[in-house]
Amino acid sequence: MSLLRYESHVRAPLVDGSKDYHQVTEDICRPVEAKPSKLWWMGFLISAALLVFGIISVTIEVIYGTGQWNLNKTIGWGWDITNFVWWIGIGHAGTLISAILLLFRQGWRTGVNRAAEAMTIFAVMCAGQFPIWHMGRVWNAFFVLPYPNTRGPLWVNFNSPLLWDVFAISTYFTVSLLFWYSGLLPDLATLRDRAKKKWAKSFYGVAAFGWTGSTKHWQRHESLSLVLAGLSTPLVLSVHTIVSFDFATSIVPGWHTTIFPPYFVAGAIFSGFAMVQTLLVVTRKVLGLQEYITIEHIEVMNKVIVLTGSIVGIAYLTELFMSWYSAVPYEHFAFFKNRLDLSSPYGWSYWIMMGCNVLSPQIFWSTRMRRNLTLTFFMSILINIGMWFERFVIIVTSIYRDYLPSSWSTYYTPTIWEVGFYLGTFGLFFTCYFLFSKFFPVIAIAEIKHILKRSGDNYKKGNLGIETEELEEFGHKNLEHH
Amino acid sequence: MGVKKFVVGNFYDEAILFPAVKKVRRAGYKIHDVYTPHPIHGLDHAMGLRDTSLHTAGFIYGIIGTATAVGFITWALAVDWPLNFGGKPFFSLPAWIPIAFELTVLFASVGMVLTFCYLCQLAPFVKKDHFNPRSTDDTFVMALECSDKTNDTELISFLQEAGAADVQIMHKETDWWWGRYGKETKRFEKQIPAQPVH
Repeated sequence: MSLLRYESHVRAPLVDGSKDYHQVTEDICRPVEAKPSKLWWMGFLISAALLVFGIISVTIEVIYGTGQWNLNKTIGWGWDITNFVWWIGIGHAGTLISAILLLFRQGWRTGVNRAAEAMTIFAVMCAGQFPIWHMGRVWNAFFVLPYPNTRGPLWVNFNSPLLWDVFAISTYFTVSLLFWYSGLLPDLATLRDRAKKKWAKSFYGVAAFGWTGSTKHWQRHESLSLVLAGLSTPLVLSVHTIVSFDFATSIVPGWHTTIFPPYFVAGAIFSGFAMVQTLLVVTRKVLGLQEYITIEHIEVMNKVIVLTGSIVGIAYLTELFMSWYSAVPYEHFAFFKNRLDLSSPYGWSYWIMMGCNVLSPQIFWSTRMRRNLTLTFFMSILINIGMWFERFVIIVTSIYRDYLPSSWSTYYTPTIWEVGFYLGTFGLFFTCYFLFSKFFPVIAIAEIKHILKRSGDNYKKGNLGIETEELEEFGHKNLEHH
Repeated sequence: MGVKKFVVGNFYDEAILFPAVKKVRRAGYKIHDVYTPHPIHGLDHAMGLRDTSLHTAGFIYGIIGTATAVGFITWALAVDWPLNFGGKPFFSLPAWIPIAFELTVLFASVGMVLTFCYLCQLAPFVKKDHFNPRSTDDTFVMALECSDKTNDTELISFLQEAGAADVQIMHKETDWWWGRYGKETKRFEKQIPAQPVH
């Protein structure tokens, strides 16, 4: 069997330490079965407090209307849509890791995919809040759905990118959830069969759907995962493409560019990976999972960050070039006057974006920096600040001074309830993540076991001899069963 | 269905499990199932299971999704209430590609997951026997179904020779039933004894 299991020793092991199947189960289930630590309670309560603040902010907005926010006729989209695009961008890494990397047969995804997918789902939940509450009369939110109504029926406009968004995001959420949960079933069954307490037996018993690990079920499960990955791959690209269409199909200078879809998708992966780093650098330490989420994993993700960050940088420069090359005065004004020029009211936000997204990730060309955990954590925060400003720059600097000077806006700053709403989504995100990390295995147990004998440290060492073996000897040892 | 009699053997290494599966099949015994903690590629073929057609079902669901989207939007925007958007044609297919694509993915995914759950009989509150709780941890559990003609002791020693550990006879329910794992529930209170050999 070792013939099937061989992987070159040049590749770093994906699971460190001397592990067998049982040890893997023990290690990953331990944080779930242990009592939550003080640190967990502190984090959870802070998140819950933020969530409550968010709920208050939204309640006030619903009672008094969107006038509670500093939006006006010129700046119709401000913090809310900035936050929406930011969260939905973050929600792209999970599906990328689980789907695209599955298709590319990247073994390292097994260590991080579960947490990244969970993060995706929570980020999409946060993103969805913004367009919904931005509607103002939120009780009419169902108007976006094509349902038979008494007004004709008057159908929704299927030609509008805003409606495409409704379909894209709801589909994305549903598919990500199904993908995540179907992958969780075997691990929930593991927890169920290990559970000692009655409530845990019941909870995981119900949650595991009666999974047994039958060979036929595994065969179907593999087929399901593969097809869902195949479907999610174009889906994840389509979602941010469609979000970029919200802007790109308009005629506002600064939005009206064909480069938006690839540029948004690269930015989404960039910010998503940064958020995965933020969470995993802490999670692996707190839950003691350093042997499963190794420095190698962190390094590989930093490589993705420097790649996507550079793609985003090229997109920024291309935008500038196209605006100059187009010779359209409005385009010139939007880019060279409202963004590049530091003395313009929002010039500072453009340069924060440039600094955080394009310049700072270049540090990751160095291997030593990529493997530095403190720096990785710091950079991941910096990148997400930069990516927030990217959306802010795109939205606010484009619309606050457009064609007609008489309709130019005054300087836009958010109210406390706009900020509160944003903080509230942080609360929602981290509350969900804390609950997830307590009640669910943060690493896909079955998938780790699947790669263990090929990529586990102790098994790889055992296979070292193969590289120097004579062909005959190798055949004698490995081919007898076939 | 009901309770049946099985001879159950445990394996701790795939390298022993694979040849054992082949041996058991060659000897003509009927493998009820092999329960494994993680997917093992090739085990389904070794056991002689046919390939799943789940992906074909997914393809069909996807086509249904595309047809639903294009059909419905065509009817709504071109037939039921044509609206003039900037003089563009009522039937403007390129603008419908995004929604047609999203519904294709949505139908295919939801349909496949539901089909998967149906085929594997998985649902919340479903309870099943699976012989050894360690089979979701580190043990590969092979269950052989006994008929009234099976010689138990012979089968047990045969499995032991093939490399199985802790081989034992178990009476288990093969079907699922509604129940919670927190409570000991049995679908059939009384165990049906195996038919005596004549």
